[in-house]
Amino acid sequence: MTDNAAVSPTRLSEATRRKVWWKSQFLQGSMNYERMQALGWCYGMGPALKELYPDKDDLAQALKRHLEFFNTQPFLASPIFGVEMTLEEERAAGVEVDDAAIQGVKIGMMGPLAGVGDPIFWGTIRPVLGAFCASLALSGSIAGAFVFFIVWNLVRLAFMWYTQEFGYKQGMNITKDLSGGFLKKITMGASILGMFIMGVLIPRWTSMPMSKVVFSKAALSNAADTFPGIAGLADAINGGTVNAESLTQGVRSVGTLASTDTVSMIDGVAQVVRTTTLQSVLDQLLPALLPLGLTFLCIRLLKKGVSPITIIFALFAVGILGALVGIF
Amino acid sequence: MNVVSIIFVLVVAFLAGLEGVLDEWQFHQPIVACTLIGIVTGHPMEGVLLGGTLQMVALGWMNIGAAVAPDAALASVASAILVCMKGASVADGVASAMALAVAGLVLTIFIRTITVGIIHLADAAADQGNLARVNRLHLSALALQGLRILIPAAFVIAVPAEAVQAALEVIPVWISGGLAAAGGFIVVVGYAMVINMMATKELWPFFFIGFVLSVLSGITLIGMGILGVCLAFIYINLKPEFNGGGGSSRGDSVDDQLDMIMNDYE
Repeated sequence: MTDNAAVSPTRLSEATRRKVWWKSQFLQGSMNYERMQALGWCYGMGPALKELYPDKDDLAQALKRHLEFFNTQPFLASPIFGVEMTLEEERAAGVEVDDAAIQGVKIGMMGPLAGVGDPIFWGTIRPVLGAFCASLALSGSIAGAFVFFIVWNLVRLAFMWYTQEFGYKQGMNITKDLSGGFLKKITMGASILGMFIMGVLIPRWTSMPMSKVVFSKAALSNAADTFPGIAGLADAINGGTVNAESLTQGVRSVGTLASTDTVSMIDGVAQVVRTTTLQSVLDQLLPALLPLGLTFLCIRLLKKGVSPITIIFALFAVGILGALVGIF
Repeated sequence: MNVVSIIFVLVVAFLAGLEGVLDEWQFHQPIVACTLIGIVTGHPMEGVLLGGTLQMVALGWMNIGAAVAPDAALASVASAILVCMKGASVADGVASAMALAVAGLVLTIFIRTITVGIIHLADAAADQGNLARVNRLHLSALALQGLRILIPAAFVIAVPAEAVQAALEVIPVWISGGLAAAGGFIVVVGYAMVINMMATKELWPFFFIGFVLSVLSGITLIGMGILGVCLAFIYINLKPEFNGGGGSSRGDSVDDQLDMIMNDYE
């Protein structure tokens, strides 16, 4: 420590700031129901406090200051770490910064920043990247896992370092930037992408195989009986009881039946090649109507406070019941 | 099963446990945990498929505030052990993962509760200005979260494969068939969680645009991603709220310059 006057506080070295950045990754390690990320926060601030307060009593006071309740989205804690480091620098240099101000900045920033971080990281980047990589994995490629791991962590580590530096350089000015339009734009943009991709994923990756047959082979052969088979047609021609008009009529009706992909002519006999199921009927209306409805049902339940795990087990029960009844 | 691969599986289990609470490196995400376990046990393909399938299910499992989501860590580690080491099918793995997610959830709530005691020990250490002890206490709480997955994983490894197979064979077809069918649509719970967090009246149209475009199977997911980013840019640039005020914009980013150009035309 140098003997700098109160006017110009000791600046923390970049090495110390790197240590804080590295340790801030362990923010949630001692997550608990009393003070949430409090101890993790103190662990992250440790290197900075140690450099600023060589005196043991001062350090004890500082540690206690940073063991207060704290909880935010873990990556968005980084700019707060930056701001708090500048506040502690000033305090260590003798500037009047009281405990309430230090705690107040943390509490004041954690709510709005969590509101930005949750939709960006948990609502957009992780699900979207996870979906891309899962589709790679499901196509049998081992690269999916590595792409996910590398891209995610590069984005995360860079984000944490640059926002921490931003908070450190801006200090208390950051509160002005926080209320500015830029954060709102980022959050809005991420949410648009997130919602759009969710819309894409629901029909693509949900399967509700409703295999119950609603238009059966028996019903089809009934229908086929009312049309003259080729054999019957030949008999009619041979017996001379047929005229040109009824012949074209017959051929046309067989033709229309065959042109639906449900039935095709195989060796002169109408054969059922595709059975119409509940699923294919629904798909004609709007593909993925069922998964869409189910998603809305889940959202309603979540809004009512039903836990996701309860919903998952209810859906398993639906699956088993459905299999028992024969829908699936 | 040789000792080396068992040790590697336990290392992955421990890392997944740490990440289950830290949520930083994402070792607890199914696509990472299952693939790693698949590789170290010599069944990479099974691990990759299980990981990809479970990743879709766990897409929206997120810890927000004090709420704790189903636990992806135990679900992916233990089900990957069942599939890659005990010969269970991927469908069985997905079904068992859901029960394991609940077990993991209960375990993490238990650890988060006893960690309160550790915080009070840290208060005492802070009183003495003992930073090293504060750090150790923090890391010990973290280690408990690692053991939370490592210990159950060791138990699952210890169960003989024949016992797992026998247990799976007892399950009647209608149950396993029903579970497999449900596995196809429980993914909606994850989607619903993501949507529930973000949805506002303003954002719903984007969801439906995505839903309708989804039938164009010629557009890959990456293509859809690009489309989504474009929609976001267009919308933000046109939205009056972001263009009219401009009080806080500093005019130094491309976005702001674009805004100014747009405004000049109006």
